[in-house]
Amino acid sequence: MNTNQICRAVMVLALSTSLTAVAEEKAVTDSDRIEQYREMISDGNPAEFDEMRGEELWKTPGGPKNVSLEKCDLGKGPGVVKGAYAEMPRYFKDTKMVQDLESRLLTCMTTLQGIPEEQITAKPFASEKKESDISSLATYVVGQSKGMKMKVSTKHPKEKEAYEIGKRIFNYRAGPYDFACSTCHATSGVRIRMQDLPNMRSSKKDAQAAYTSWPAYRVSQGLTRSFQWRLNDCFRQQRFPEPKFASEATIALTTYLAVSANGAEYVGPGLKR
Amino acid sequence: MGKPMKIRASVKDGMTEVKILMQHEMETGLRKDADGSLIPAWFITEVKAEYQGRIVLDAQFGQSISKNPYLMFSFKGGSAGEKVKVSWVDNKGDSRSDEVTISA
Repeated sequence: MNTNQICRAVMVLALSTSLTAVAEEKAVTDSDRIEQYREMISDGNPAEFDEMRGEELWKTPGGPKNVSLEKCDLGKGPGVVKGAYAEMPRYFKDTKMVQDLESRLLTCMTTLQGIPEEQITAKPFASEKKESDISSLATYVVGQSKGMKMKVSTKHPKEKEAYEIGKRIFNYRAGPYDFACSTCHATSGVRIRMQDLPNMRSSKKDAQAAYTSWPAYRVSQGLTRSFQWRLNDCFRQQRFPEPKFASEATIALTTYLAVSANGAEYVGPGLKR
Repeated sequence: MGKPMKIRASVKDGMTEVKILMQHEMETGLRKDADGSLIPAWFITEVKAEYQGRIVLDAQFGQSISKNPYLMFSFKGGSAGEKVKVSWVDNKGDSRSDEVTISA
């Protein structure tokens, strides 16, 4: 084979590979590609580091009373973490209210460890400068429900009430943009830029996939984000006032979304772009 | 000393696959903070993996690598129960070393 022939052979090869590449490109949609990217990065989820940090915080004595959170009752008995998140939010007899994970952790940290509530709620979300204890604790607890089926109850009248209020908040239009959660999350097959929007009102599959992948590590922010942060950011995007941390409104909305995810396997903490 | 890594290693058909998740800020040195002053560069410069005293991976890292880097590689050989040691050094002279037992 002389140089010319080799050149031609290489060119033919290059041409044929580029042709197949074009053919494949057409069959693969943008969401497929995002899904592919998610799969590639799902193996090394940095949220694991937040889980490790949370576990240590859970087991280490702290606060003015210098006790650990190992006596904290997340609904399945004092200290039981395994599977607790899959059944939250739920009604708690001691506080006589429905609580989600973060508000329950707040109760445990204030009552068991004696940490003043304002100290925790002043900066409840992790930032680039400072990690958040309550957020890391939540990451640890949710990780202990990985692989379990979501089973959030509406049996107790208070739970039922929270669900109904949450549903109303989801559909409540207000603010300068006349927005509601449902403005973006009640239609199938729509997206914002590259982001597919889950239809959380009428698609069981969408509601399940969205809820069970939070809390999550946000690659673009380099931080593990809690569920409460996620809701607050939704309210910010709607130009609503920022909800108070662990407010009844966010607990109700969380209840509505969690119940909509019932039956699905919890797969968090997740990993987002 | 740096924060701990998460390392997994498993052997299949004579190839050992190692997955490393590192905890590091990986600041480029090009970003500015709220006051407009530059955030100093701080990133991993070198990653090494050792198996039975031999270096099986030697990588040079730079500013273009993301925060909390994830790295996967394979090498020929290795059997269950043996150890793989991974270490990194950053531009501030900080370092971290962790070991993992190869699983089947």
